[in-house]
Amino acid sequence: MRLNIKPALRAGMVALVLWLPLAAIAGEAVPVAQDPVLEQRMIALSEDLRCLVCQNESLAGSRADLAQDLRQEIREQMRAGKSDKEVVSYLTQRYGDFVLYKPPLKPLTWLLWFGPFALLIGAAGGFYFYLKRRGTRLASETLSAEEKQRVEALLGSNGNES
Amino acid sequence: MKRFMIPLGIFIVLVIFLGIGLKLDPREVPSPLIGKPAPAFSLALLSDPARQLSPAELRGKVWLFNVWASWCASCRQEHDVLLDLSKKGIVPIYGMDYKDQPADAQAVLNSYGNPYTETVVDRDGRAGINYGVYGVPETYLIDKNGIIRMKHTGPVTPEVLERKILPLVKELQQ
Amino acid sequence: MIPELGHFSLILALLLALVQGVLPLVGAARNNAAWMAVARPAARAQFLFVAIAFGALAYSFLSGDFSVVNVTRNSHSRLPEIYRLTATWGSHEGSMLLWTFILGLWTVAVTLFSRHLPEDMLARVVGVMGLVSFGFLLFMLATSNPFLRMPMAMDGSDLNPLLQDPGMVVHPPILYMGYVGFSVAFAFAITALLSGKLDASWARWSRPWTTAAWSFLTIGIMMGSWWAYYELGWGGWWFWDPVENASLMPWLVGTALIHSLAVTEKRGSFKAWTVFLAIGAFSLSLLGTFLVRSGVLSSVHSFATDPTRGLFILIFLAVVIGGSLLLFAMRASQVGLGGRFALISRESFLLVNNILLLTATGSVLLGTLYPLFLDALGLGKISVGPPYFNSVFVPLVTPLIFLAGIGPLARWKQVNVPELANRLKWGFGASVVAALLLPFTQGDWQPLVSLGCLLSLWIAVTVAISVRARLRSSSGWSANFYGMNLAHLGVAVTVIGVTMVSSYQTERNMRMAVGDTVTLQGYTFRFGGVEDIVGPNYKGSRGTLEVSRNGKPVSTMYPEKRIYVASGMPFTESAIDYGLTRDLYTALGESLDGGAWSVRLFHKPFVVWIWIGAVLMALGGFMAITDRRYRASRKQGRAAA
Repeated sequence: MRLNIKPALRAGMVALVLWLPLAAIAGEAVPVAQDPVLEQRMIALSEDLRCLVCQNESLAGSRADLAQDLRQEIREQMRAGKSDKEVVSYLTQRYGDFVLYKPPLKPLTWLLWFGPFALLIGAAGGFYFYLKRRGTRLASETLSAEEKQRVEALLGSNGNES
Repeated sequence: MKRFMIPLGIFIVLVIFLGIGLKLDPREVPSPLIGKPAPAFSLALLSDPARQLSPAELRGKVWLFNVWASWCASCRQEHDVLLDLSKKGIVPIYGMDYKDQPADAQAVLNSYGNPYTETVVDRDGRAGINYGVYGVPETYLIDKNGIIRMKHTGPVTPEVLERKILPLVKELQQ
Repeated sequence: MIPELGHFSLILALLLALVQGVLPLVGAARNNAAWMAVARPAARAQFLFVAIAFGALAYSFLSGDFSVVNVTRNSHSRLPEIYRLTATWGSHEGSMLLWTFILGLWTVAVTLFSRHLPEDMLARVVGVMGLVSFGFLLFMLATSNPFLRMPMAMDGSDLNPLLQDPGMVVHPPILYMGYVGFSVAFAFAITALLSGKLDASWARWSRPWTTAAWSFLTIGIMMGSWWAYYELGWGGWWFWDPVENASLMPWLVGTALIHSLAVTEKRGSFKAWTVFLAIGAFSLSLLGTFLVRSGVLSSVHSFATDPTRGLFILIFLAVVIGGSLLLFAMRASQVGLGGRFALISRESFLLVNNILLLTATGSVLLGTLYPLFLDALGLGKISVGPPYFNSVFVPLVTPLIFLAGIGPLARWKQVNVPELANRLKWGFGASVVAALLLPFTQGDWQPLVSLGCLLSLWIAVTVAISVRARLRSSSGWSANFYGMNLAHLGVAVTVIGVTMVSSYQTERNMRMAVGDTVTLQGYTFRFGGVEDIVGPNYKGSRGTLEVSRNGKPVSTMYPEKRIYVASGMPFTESAIDYGLTRDLYTALGESLDGGAWSVRLFHKPFVVWIWIGAVLMALGGFMAITDRRYRASRKQGRAAA
């Protein structure tokens, strides 16, 4: 007899748990996702993916139908044990690099990825040499320019505020 | 002097690109599947849910694959163009009813005519994802070896048909 | 009748803008005083007619005149009155009219506060602005007439629900005040190139105008970011969307311009560079208008677009910017060098500031347009989104903010390095220690949080050192000095907000039935159910969430889901409980089976600091404008005249 009670109790508890969300009994709310950890991983990945039908929204933020389908697809693939990389390559095989908000590094995107730092180094170098040349040019200019400066500074306001 | 020309030079290049950009559609996504085999599926037919169709059965012929739905307003725009094409019998059109109620789709075909040799039903849109469908209607052209040769997103207009689709169909049929 | 009056006024304004653009410029070139004198009255009359047109459009919207195409497309008979006003500039045509209206406003302001300006300079400045205005008026009348009539009147298709928000009443005008305000700096720059007169007084005259425009733009961007936060869904405050980038680029160049103007005014250096930045800031404003209006890029904010309009703006852009840059290339080498300075000096620091800001601008431009470049060359489609911008922007801005701490304490001409290091060593040490410890108060230690705190504290400490030194010295009140420090402090505040919310935001997506509770970061949310609501032009559902902390009630939040009658589109109206150290942000999701709803809950620490910081920056800017120096020079000018 004792053996029979346990399954019955368990069944009762399962019934209770299943029934709980249906009834208006106060309790701890449960996450919408069955697996919150996986959901977190899915959201994190889909934030860097572009929703194709939307104007310019991430897959994570979009309410479009296709975005929901693709989120579901990502969820299922993750559940099946696929890595983030595999999921991403699944999507790029079908939709191309357009879905990636972070463009992959390849010859076509070298300018994009290295451009800003090349620009910084170029600008810094250019200005360094310009300043050096400027110094020598200023030194060779006549004194009157210097004097004019001083007069201007005196006519203007006092020296050391910005 | 030369130094001060640099901004102007950069700006001219920029304007040229922006000018070209005006003619481009930023939302059209080219399919990476072109030149690749048409993804396999095995889906029930709209006309007879007991029977299934897969692209492998269509090997040896050139066919158009048109993704549509009864809820899609712009699909109605291309409907007559497709009907016309099917009457001419140049190329068979297979349809895929995407994320739709089969009854609604059947109703559309009943009242507006049926351009499709067969229509398969993709209820949950999974086959659609494999084809990279992102906005119905979409039309694919598949050759005798089952390779996708062209994709058109948006309604097929007579112009698109004449300029883009039919010449390629003729080439592939040879 | 009223719309026709508006249309007619626009045509008159176009003719007046042509007069305003041509006569004063020719007069200044030929030294003809009578022609130069046309500038003031022409500018004011032009503005008057643009204002009449603007009023006519606003009237058409407010009175619901659905025989006007623009009203039909962007309004609805049940649209509340306040949003009818918003709808006046919610459309493409209306926003162009607002652009021109504000351009007129700035021009009139220049004519009013210009008694100290030499007559030929004023004529040129007003003339250049007249030409810009002419371009926009021509554009409107040729491609985007806001007063076109419908063949028959019917009810409208409603204003985009995203724009049906009180914030949208003030956001576009203020943003445009900033965008368009850079036209004054631009006009001054062109004037300098035309006349060849580019001295300290030139910099002093254009400085307050630039600062004013920059301050408006700061507020405008801040409001846009805040609007996106509460309106676009999940509480993001910056999406690196093309439209946002379009406003950020002129802001970055404008920031560089403010700093380089300081050098030009004080030391007479960087003249050509300053002129270039003034052209750049306004050019990027125009480019932004093109990007938003032409539809070459897809954006969450891009509403109606049209390629023929795009072509017109592109040609206009090519003429205005191309012409200016050509003029710059021809004249810039004659500008002169200015004062001497050592490699380590305040001048150098400001130069590095400019290089970093310009590189940041270049990166944003590159990232925004790269997909277009590849597509135009037929090399495929890619997307460039937040991951790219964040990874490029942060390394550029970090040294910039660090410099903002040192720069104001550095001397002009040459820095005494040991002395400066000595002044800063304690502050730096304290900032480092505090920055390493601070993250522990919020949870786990993260290197980026410490970096953010360090930058922020560093600015706060250096501002304090600076202000203390100022108070101890005998020099009196300087609005410019305190304004600058306030703006820098604003940067520190924004950095804290960005750091905290990016690292410590928590989020839950819960299934909630009536009476269910969720606890998030010590706050307990109790779901009180959902009721149906009916708005003036929408229907929807409103959820109730009672929030308590340690048993004490904190607030009651009402997130909504709305369906607008005309468009049938669902929209989420989030509910936010604002706080200085945290925002609670809730949004109603889908209705689930069994009477439950999915509810999204966010805890966002220090998020309001992002916008408070921006407000401080703008206030600092407005404060700096009141500096005595700008008024004193006016008196000098009058005495000379």
